[in-house]
Formats: sequence, C-alpha cells, structure tokens
Amino acid sequence: MDNLLEVNGVSKKFGSFTALNNVSITVPKGSIYGLLGPNGAGKTTLIRIINQITLPDSGAVILDGEPLNESHIKDIGYLPEERGLYKSMKVGEQALYLAQLKGLSKSVAKERLQYWFKRLDIEDWWNKKIQELSKGMAQKIQFVVTVLHEPKLLIFDEPFSGFDPINANLIKDEILRLRDNGATVIFSTHRMESVEELCDDIALIHKSNKILDGKILDVKRAYKSNTFEVGVKTSNNTVLEQELSETFKITPANFKTLNNELKLNIQISENQTPNDLLNYLTSKGEVSHFVELIPSVNDIFIQTVTNNNLQ
Amino acid sequence: MNHLPLIIKREYLSKVKNKSFIVMTILSPIIMIVLISVVAYLSQLNNDKVRVISVLDASEKVKDIFTNTDNTTYNILEDISLEDAKALVAETSGYGLLYIQDKENVEEISKGIKFYSEESPSLTVISKLENKLEKRLTLMNYQDVGIDVNKIETSQVNIDIFQENFVGETSSKTDNIIKLIFGGAAGYLLFMFIIIYGNMIMRSVIEEKTSRIIEVIVSSVKPIQLMLGKIIGTSLAGLTQFAIWLALGSILLVVVSAIFGIDIAHMQTPQQAAIQQAMENPDVNNQIQNAMQGFFNLPLTNLIVAFILFFISGYLLYSSLYAAIGAAVDNETDTQQFMLPIIMPLILAVYIGIFTVIEDPHGTVSTVFSFIPFTSPVVMLMRIPFGVPIWQQLLSLGLLIGTFIFTVWVAAKIYRVGILMYGKKPTYKELIKWIKY
Repeated sequence: MDNLLEVNGVSKKFGSFTALNNVSITVPKGSIYGLLGPNGAGKTTLIRIINQITLPDSGAVILDGEPLNESHIKDIGYLPEERGLYKSMKVGEQALYLAQLKGLSKSVAKERLQYWFKRLDIEDWWNKKIQELSKGMAQKIQFVVTVLHEPKLLIFDEPFSGFDPINANLIKDEILRLRDNGATVIFSTHRMESVEELCDDIALIHKSNKILDGKILDVKRAYKSNTFEVGVKTSNNTVLEQELSETFKITPANFKTLNNELKLNIQISENQTPNDLLNYLTSKGEVSHFVELIPSVNDIFIQTVTNNNLQ
Repeated sequence: MNHLPLIIKREYLSKVKNKSFIVMTILSPIIMIVLISVVAYLSQLNNDKVRVISVLDASEKVKDIFTNTDNTTYNILEDISLEDAKALVAETSGYGLLYIQDKENVEEISKGIKFYSEESPSLTVISKLENKLEKRLTLMNYQDVGIDVNKIETSQVNIDIFQENFVGETSSKTDNIIKLIFGGAAGYLLFMFIIIYGNMIMRSVIEEKTSRIIEVIVSSVKPIQLMLGKIIGTSLAGLTQFAIWLALGSILLVVVSAIFGIDIAHMQTPQQAAIQQAMENPDVNNQIQNAMQGFFNLPLTNLIVAFILFFISGYLLYSSLYAAIGAAVDNETDTQQFMLPIIMPLILAVYIGIFTVIEDPHGTVSTVFSFIPFTSPVVMLMRIPFGVPIWQQLLSLGLLIGTFIFTVWVAAKIYRVGILMYGKKPTYKELIKWIKY
C-alpha cells in the first residue's frame, strides 16, 4: 500500500452552495502533502470530511486501505485553523482529557505528555490555566495534543500562525521528525515558502474543484516555460540583443552581477535544447550566468488561479 | 468509541469547580435566609407602630365598639365640634378622625360616616373600621325590626362537606390544598430547573464555540455525544447544587430560628396571629390531623415515579433546545430571539397549572395541556396529586418521550452544523436548512 489516504470523487453541497465538486486526491505514505487554495476554496470542508466532522454527499475516503470509519479517529491528528482550548481548565488536565478522547489511556497519555512537555521545555506549565498563557504558548500545547496519540495521518491547518520565527522553526523540525518516523502529513497553508520547503506533493483547490495536483517536482516541470536567465559579456550588448530577439523570445532580466553584462530572460522553443542556446551564446561572448528559471509554487498558485478565474 | 462518561465527567467537574458556581451554591441559601429574616424583622417593626385613631361619635350609638388593640388605639372624643376635633387630631398628629353623624335612623347614620386624615389612610385600616361599623349597624337594624339576635347566632351552622370517591377513598378540602401544594411545587421546581440549568448548558456551548476548541473536540467525538454529555454533566452539577441548597437551607433555617427564635415566633403578622389564635381552638387541631391524613392520602408512589419520569424527560426536551440555541449563535446577546419560543410554552404551562388545575384539575383545558409535550411535564406534575388515570399518564409520557427524541435529533442536527459556523446570526430559515444538511 503506497498511499495512506485516497479521496475519490468527493462532493459536498451546503444547500445550493457547492463546497466540493468531485474532488480526488492521493496522499502517499510518509509524505508531506500540501493542500493549497485561495480562501473559501473548500480546503477546510475537505479536511473536515477526512476528519469525519462533515459527511460527504457522494464519493469515498479510503484511509490505509479501509473505507473511513469511526475507528480511524485515533489514527488522525488534526490541528484546525480555528483552534482554541478551554480557557479555565488547567493545561495538564486539558491535555489529558483531549488525549483520552483520542482513545489513549490516562496513564499512557500522562507519560507521553510528560515526554513532550520536557521536549518542548514547557514542563512548568502543567498546572497553569490556559487564560494565563500567551497565544504562542497555547499553540504549543495544541501541537502536542495533536500529535500525542501518534496518529498515522497528521493534518495541520496553518500550523505556524501565531508562532514567532524561533518557535515556528521548532515546530517545523518536529513536523519533519514526525514524517521521518513514519507519519504522513497533510499541510494546509497560505505560506508558499513553507510549502516549497516542506512538501513533497501538492494539490490546488479552487472554487470547489481540484485544479492541479502531483509531485511538486512534476508540477514544476509541467509549469516550466523553458526560460533561461542569462548574463553575457560582449563588446556590443545592443547588437546581440537584436540578434537574439530574431531567434528567441526575450525579456529583460533583473539579477545582481559584478560587471556590466547583458541580462536577459530567454525562452527557447520546443525543438531547441538548452545546449543550442548556450552554444550560440558562447560563440557571441563570455557567458557569466546561465540558469533555468524554475517556477516557484507561488508563481504556479497565482498563475493557475488567475487563469482559472479568466476561463 | 464511547466517550460519553468522559465528557460527562469533564462537564460536571468544570461546572462544579467553577468559582462562581461554588459562590452561588454557598451564597444563595444564605442570601435567601437573610432576606427572609429581614422581611420578618421589618414586618415586625411595622406592626410595632401604634396608630391613634380618634373617634367622634355624635350619634352616641357606636362608640363602645372601638376597643384598643396591640397596634391601634382609639381615642373617643366627646363634647367637641367637628372642626375642633379635626384641629385637635392634626395638632396631636393622630392617624385620623372617624366622624359619625348624629342621626336617629340607622340607615341615615350609615350613609354619613366620614374619615378625615392628613394622608390617605391604609386600606386595611379603613376596611377594619368598615367591618366593625357594619356589624354593629346591622345588629341595630335587626333589633329595630324586632329580630332576636341571639337566635340568629345559635342558628348558625358550619358545613364541611366530606368527599368520597366511588372506590371509597375519602378526602377533604385540606387534602385538596395539600395536593395543590405538592403539584404546584413539583411543576414550579421543574420550571425553575429548566430555566437555570438550560441557560447554563447554552452558555457552556457558546463558550466552547468562542474558545474555538469545538473543532478539535468534534474531530474526536460525535457532536451528539458531546451535546448529550454536556446536558447530562450540567444537569448532574445542577442536581448537586440543588441538593446542597436544600441541605444548607434547612441547616441555616434551623440555626437562624434557634438564634433569633423568639423574633420569628413572635412575628405578629395578621395571618400568624390568626394561626396562633386558631391553634388554641380544638377545631384546628383537628384540621392539622386532617392535613397529615391528606398527605398520606396522596398517591405517593405514583407521584414520585411520575415526578422522576416527567422531570427527566421534560428537562431533556428543553435542555436539548437550549443546546441547539447555544450552537446556533456566537454570543449570548444573540440568543434572545431564539429564547422566546422556548420560554413561552414554559410560562404558559405554569399559568395553566396555577389557574386551571386549581379550578378544575380534570377539566378540558388542564387535560389537553397535560398531553401537549411542551407543557405536559409541568401541567401533568400539577395534576397527578389529584389522581390522574394511569393510561393518561402513560400516554402523556409517551408523547413527551417521542417529542423529546425528535427534538434531540433536531437539536443535534442544528448543533452539528452550528458549532462550526461563525459570524452572522442565523435566521430561522437557515436553522431549518441546517437540519436538512
């Protein structure tokens, strides 16, 4: 079994509003899966369906080879975007309660909590009430509660919001460590740099439809435009620019160099290879810079969503 | 996985450990007792004041009826004109002046009686005077037409109808009063319990929504489990509070009456004076015995079983609605609009209980409302002491339980959708849509 989670053709309507329209995603075991999409696209509905908070109108969800059922609750850890804790309850009591709701026995829960509290250096919070903690501190507790029952599938919705950079990094490292220990992570965020950094696969949901998914590298390959950022030193920049524009599609580029080179983005056509371009350039002058432009997730997100809106 | 016990435990403990809950539990009976004591003390104070009423009886026919009592002194004026009498009363700041004109004929006297005072006199004072005068003048009338007053008095008969049903159970008026007290107390207790703890459930749901923990919880448990756990946990906390109130209240009452025993015993409110007076009367001793008899005549087993069943189902019916309201809104101020339809049938039930059950416990109105599920818990509890056929009780209970299951189902639907909805206050139309999701 290579995929931990398969969502097959799930649809959900709220009255006349379609929240999800025939959405399918496949989350490979042991991967970090980025669930992207503009606000109100239907991500939260999808996550709630996976968590069995909402029931789909049609379609099926398969977790680890079995249709989703009540026994899977303990296999999933969910950190919602709208999260909070009981304000007047003590940290330790509350964490124990939430862990027991996930099916842990009290003694096991206590043991693991002590381990995590030690690990995150928050042992002395045990008897504090949530209302005495700062937002970031409460977030840490929530993170611990989410992962405590060692679920196969972890779902984080904007896990870094509310954290300072140091704690955000700490949590990021913990997420990677959990992945390395065998957990599968679904990760929903608007912070594209974390997607770029953490995710192996992504899916993009827009207006209730999935409009893109796959390995992040495959997606990037599909979206690359065969454009190269180049810097060439010649005796006469304008002449070269003129000559290049006859064979290739060029646009001015902007990057930092030491010399006064000609800086261009050059797009090659289907039947040309990068080597053709490079050979041509070396024949004209000294090549100081030659990089293929790989689209960032951010670019892909904006481009796909805008194109989709135009259609 | 069944987390219900775990949820009930948390809800119960979080309520019971809550500071304001503890304060309320301990303080309420103290405040009640203090209030009762203050009222008792004040009424005593009020009664200690002696009113001086001057009487100018120009007819010389009735002045002997004005005998002084503990709180009224009559000052009989003689050989003085009305104007002088008025001036005198004003000068001595007496309570007022009763003036009876000098007429031969009783009818003429009765039409010309006046009371002069600086401020308008109290209603009880006037009616007391009127009573006294009426009695005397009627007597004089009897004598005028030649009726032997003694004969009238000796011919007076007191009637107390003995009631017996076809099976042979006897009862009396006192029995009915006891029944009323029991039924009324049971119905009213349920009413209070629903209002107080229904609100508490609603607030607790709203708290979960505003603290945004709800999504974490419902990813672990089914919303209906959470809702039922909340209702049961809060109700248990409520029962605990009630039990403590009852215990603390009775202890305090005993303590207070032991300390201020004399004060309370001597509270000379008119009613109590009457009771005390009556105590010496052997007839009343008989009545107390009647009351005891009446208590044991109550269908006690039926009463207790019905009380428990109707109380629980009625309470669950309403509290599930409270939970649904809590789930539908974001904050307490938004609840008003939805509270009205809940409070209305409750208040209706209490009024019907008080006005129609007393008048006719088995009349059409009481019977019909003791079957309608939203009013039946209160009305039926009030009716049962008067003896309601078992089939009626079972039918009413069956309807109630059916409705209760239905409302819990509806409430669970609203709850499931509502707890994850933030922002604008939903309309009734939207709530109905939620049920269909």
